[in-house]
Amino acid sequence: MAKTIFVFPFLIFFGVITYFTIPILKKSDPKLLPSALVDKDVPERKLPSLFKNKRGFDHEDLMGTETLINFFSSWCGPCRVEHDILMKISEGKTVRLFGINYKDQTQAAIRWLQELGDPFERIVADKDGRAAIDWGVYGVPETYLIDKEGKVRYRHVGPLTERVLKEKLMPIIQLLRNNKDE
Amino acid sequence: MNKIRALALVVLSYLIYIQPIMAVQPNERLADPLLEERARILSQNIRCLVCQNQSIDDSNATLAKDLRALVREKLTAGATNDEIFDFLVDRYGDFILLNPPFKPSTYVLWYGPLIFLIVGLLMTVLIMKKSKLRASEKPLSQAERVSLSKLLEQKDKT
Repeated sequence: MAKTIFVFPFLIFFGVITYFTIPILKKSDPKLLPSALVDKDVPERKLPSLFKNKRGFDHEDLMGTETLINFFSSWCGPCRVEHDILMKISEGKTVRLFGINYKDQTQAAIRWLQELGDPFERIVADKDGRAAIDWGVYGVPETYLIDKEGKVRYRHVGPLTERVLKEKLMPIIQLLRNNKDE
Repeated sequence: MNKIRALALVVLSYLIYIQPIMAVQPNERLADPLLEERARILSQNIRCLVCQNQSIDDSNATLAKDLRALVREKLTAGATNDEIFDFLVDRYGDFILLNPPFKPSTYVLWYGPLIFLIVGLLMTVLIMKKSKLRASEKPLSQAERVSLSKLLEQKDKT
């Protein structure tokens, strides 16, 4: 009995080591946080459309089909990086894509979209960033996957990449679509 | 000499104004000192999610600034501290609190140190008991006694 107790420190030590090594091996970034909104309804704040002559959207417009919502800004460098992917999504009609323009100047945002192309079906402007706080945004770009019932299913922080789209978003979208058929 | 003294005085008088660098801008502050004090205390317990190891009270990040404004707005509107924390946790999760909440998923965090202390104490007691036993168990053997007395004799001679 007295001797077995000396095994415990080693067990605890290896337990701790394993616990901290797994995330390193999985290459998960501890700075990326899971969204608190997953499986909850999208926030209901009403925002104005970015374009005067185009419709914006609110939580009710998200019903019926899966939607990606992308927070972007013309002053945000990584947003430029992911723009190609967004264009691809829109050109390939992969999934409905809405945008929320975060703490931007209207003119700057419009110019940005004219220059790089506008992949969004609808865009609303979150001038003071309050809507972003409702969504739990902590750094643009962020992309949210919303199901057809208007519930948040996934959040990606940072620029979208081909890989994120293929390995993270598309499988969930497929799953949601398959459920719809049943 | 007088000039140096005057210069030193000027430098010292500037030093008085040196304060720890603060992220909270004067125009952010509330007029009511009590509410402002509460805002400061709350802000010091809210994590800036951009920098992650700073509170929003310390951080210059825009999100931190926005959250400071939000906290002050809610306080002015009469919200309680818990209401403000709940509002933020609903949106950003527990991670936004710099003080981890006490709940089943954080029991290890809160009780862990106590468990380590108990295990440590237990082991110390066991080791001490054992070494005491060893010390008293065995009397010196015949050979040991002889060599000991030899050593002592040598010491006496010198």
